[in-house]
Amino acid sequence: MRYAETGYHLEIDLTRGNIERVESDPRDTELYLGGLGTSAKIMWDRVPPEVNPFSPDNLVIFSAGLLCGTPATGCNRTIVTTISPQTELLAFSMMGGFWAPELKYAGYDKVILRGKSPDLVYLWIHNDQVEIRDASHLHGKGAVETQDLIRKELNEPKAQVAAIGLAGENRVFYASIEQGRSSASRGGIGAVMGDKRVKAIAVRGTKDVNVARPEEFLGLCKEVLDYIKWREENPIKGVMPILTGLGSPQEMKVHDEKWHTENFMWGNSRERRKGFWTEEIAKEWTETMENARTRLVSCYNCPMECGATITPPGMPTYMMKCFTKLTYTMAAFSDLDFGLKIAQKATEYGVDGFSAPQVMAFAIELYEEGILTDDDLPEFPEDNEGRFYYLLDKIVRREGIGDVLAEGTYWAAQKIGKGADKFAHNTIKKHEQLPLKLSMLNPIYFLMYSTGEKINITQIEGQFPQAPFPKREQREEFVKDWIQVPDEKFKQYFLDWELRGENSIPYYPTAEMTCDIVDWQERMHYIDDALGMCAGLSSFPLKPPYHIHNYPKFISAGAGIDMDEEKLTEAAKRYRTLVRAINIRRGMRRKDDKPPENHWKKRFPELEKELLDTYYKYKGWNNEGIPTKEYLDKMDLGYVSEDFLKRGILTDSEDAPSEEAPAENATVEEEKV
Amino acid sequence: MKGEKKKKIVKTIKIDVDKCNGCRACEVVCSAFHASPKYSSNNPARSRIRVIRDPLRDVYVPVCAGEYAVAECAGRDKYTIDGKEYDECAFCRASCPSRQEFKEPDSGLPLKCDMCEGEDEPLCVQWCLVDALTYEEREEEVEETEEQEELEIGLEALASKYGLQKIMETVARLSKKE
Repeated sequence: MRYAETGYHLEIDLTRGNIERVESDPRDTELYLGGLGTSAKIMWDRVPPEVNPFSPDNLVIFSAGLLCGTPATGCNRTIVTTISPQTELLAFSMMGGFWAPELKYAGYDKVILRGKSPDLVYLWIHNDQVEIRDASHLHGKGAVETQDLIRKELNEPKAQVAAIGLAGENRVFYASIEQGRSSASRGGIGAVMGDKRVKAIAVRGTKDVNVARPEEFLGLCKEVLDYIKWREENPIKGVMPILTGLGSPQEMKVHDEKWHTENFMWGNSRERRKGFWTEEIAKEWTETMENARTRLVSCYNCPMECGATITPPGMPTYMMKCFTKLTYTMAAFSDLDFGLKIAQKATEYGVDGFSAPQVMAFAIELYEEGILTDDDLPEFPEDNEGRFYYLLDKIVRREGIGDVLAEGTYWAAQKIGKGADKFAHNTIKKHEQLPLKLSMLNPIYFLMYSTGEKINITQIEGQFPQAPFPKREQREEFVKDWIQVPDEKFKQYFLDWELRGENSIPYYPTAEMTCDIVDWQERMHYIDDALGMCAGLSSFPLKPPYHIHNYPKFISAGAGIDMDEEKLTEAAKRYRTLVRAINIRRGMRRKDDKPPENHWKKRFPELEKELLDTYYKYKGWNNEGIPTKEYLDKMDLGYVSEDFLKRGILTDSEDAPSEEAPAENATVEEEKV
Repeated sequence: MKGEKKKKIVKTIKIDVDKCNGCRACEVVCSAFHASPKYSSNNPARSRIRVIRDPLRDVYVPVCAGEYAVAECAGRDKYTIDGKEYDECAFCRASCPSRQEFKEPDSGLPLKCDMCEGEDEPLCVQWCLVDALTYEEREEEVEETEEQEELEIGLEALASKYGLQKIMETVARLSKKE
């Protein structure tokens, strides 16, 4: 008997309309856990680097995490993996909501889509009965609307539906997959789903998910619940309001937006507006939110209320969470009322709330600079709000200039030329980033931005405070009940971290400490992504209920796999390396591991080089960021090193971690001495 | 068997639909608690509490399973409360032929809330951190009746589905085999 997982995948060949139920290998669960881990293994095995994102040979894998469907609080995430049209690398975007547990109850851990359907279809998974159904009547329907229509059509109010909107159908490179109050948005996975002509996947399951040691497992869940209660009553002192508690940043609940509106950039990540947040604006925005918000809502089996149902005056209801609240508002230099209204349209169209507003602001900048003209933008409205609606419609329909803008700022700039690339200034690995521009380089964030392969800073940060606390007493207070640290040394790193002086950024934490911190933060995200745990209760907030000390117990009691901290860390490293390997095989190298040029005003090339060098070595990668043969073999990834050698990605002389740096680097080292 | 009037502690769950966040933790833990062995499996479709939810219309009603109903009732009316429209069924606790709620998914046998016999508070209440469900004990004067045994409930359900005669025949056939 398989515990926590069902042990079955659904293999769907859309070209031939073939559906198979395939048993998975339990040894893979031991090595890669589940979710992202086992999906990465499938992507490595079956999607060679020659496969383009829109090739029928690209896969889209919808995966429940290993512990989804068990009573583990907040464990509800669906991990979607494919090759991204925008980055051309592995995209792995997550969504909360209710879909993944429902898939488990239907009897499957993953749905693997391959090929391309001749016509628009949707999938209906109802326990053992799986159908590919015609979706021609759903063409052009909104992503939220579609979920409702499918539930009605199937007469299954309890079916959970993940759907794309018009943007996905038209292969917009930042199209999302929407489901309830959640969405898998980053990396343009909605576009690949649209390319496969799959409008939606509906699922309903009424089978059991078993756990290995029931009493013990429930005891662990109870401890987590008690900790959540305690933690909610004891918010963290000394950090900004949205970081004091658990969950995703509580954007639907918190009205005070001084920090975001005055520290994040407006427009195309351009302008910081100090002093923006006045009493008048606070009052107006609070009213807007309270009038539009009907209820704070949660994902499956989670007490945190990170999302909300939103009904802007006179418009249909949709659901929102987190920072989409402000991305449109700030990109358009407008107000919250506009932001909530356009987000309704954008959610139905199914676009990523980070990328879409920036692309639109980018287009407006190009127009103001004369790079785009009235020929490109016929009847372009005068006002910013009007322009945003205009651009959104053009983009999701790929009409006129919208066809170019649909590919994101990086690719659009390449196509437009005339110096447009200077305006596509806020991308990493061709993907739009948070609109944040800062002054002094922070070594921790430098490494996270550079090497985070989920390509979103919020999906690698967490655990370690973003900035030092001013006073030593405050720091001492903070570390007192910091049980989550994997090692006591992290407490010391934080205690000694000062706002100014010798122990401040950019040279403190030192490169070695920075590696430890970044590796810990990343590890926790990767574990979440395999287990299906929401980052909001684990890797993202400070002092979360799930951590490296109790996770092994959850896995042992839940899945019946012998697990301890060391083994779990090894597993997470293994599939993290595999993700890297997939991208390396697709051409990613050191040159791609870098933040936007202007992310910080004060940059330190030598320090940055040292940080990357040290981190690569720490991770078992060579100077180009390629995992070494020695490391791969040690991680049971011999098949990867073999492939790398065969393809000439590693050569026999490069296969060991380069103790001696290439000549150019040696010079720099000497100069520093 | 009718009994005499007696003071009795009545266990109740107070439900505040405005506080429900729709997370269904109540369903999760209910199905785990009633699994055999306890907590060994999870399946909200076996849960004795259901959140009747329609998020876009802001309908969230946790309902605990009550008595089995042999036939469906005429209750097809709609209620409008605070501008929101509810089906009459949204508040009904019955396991009845007209809907899927409160039936074992495999056998179709009816499910009924037992207030998690033996626990301080029903598990759904313990797991509802947003306090949509709270537990309350009330003293009431009630007429004692004999508790129906689980087997009897099940048999009654089967009897009404297949007819008593058929059940008796099946039992006779089964006992012959043994």
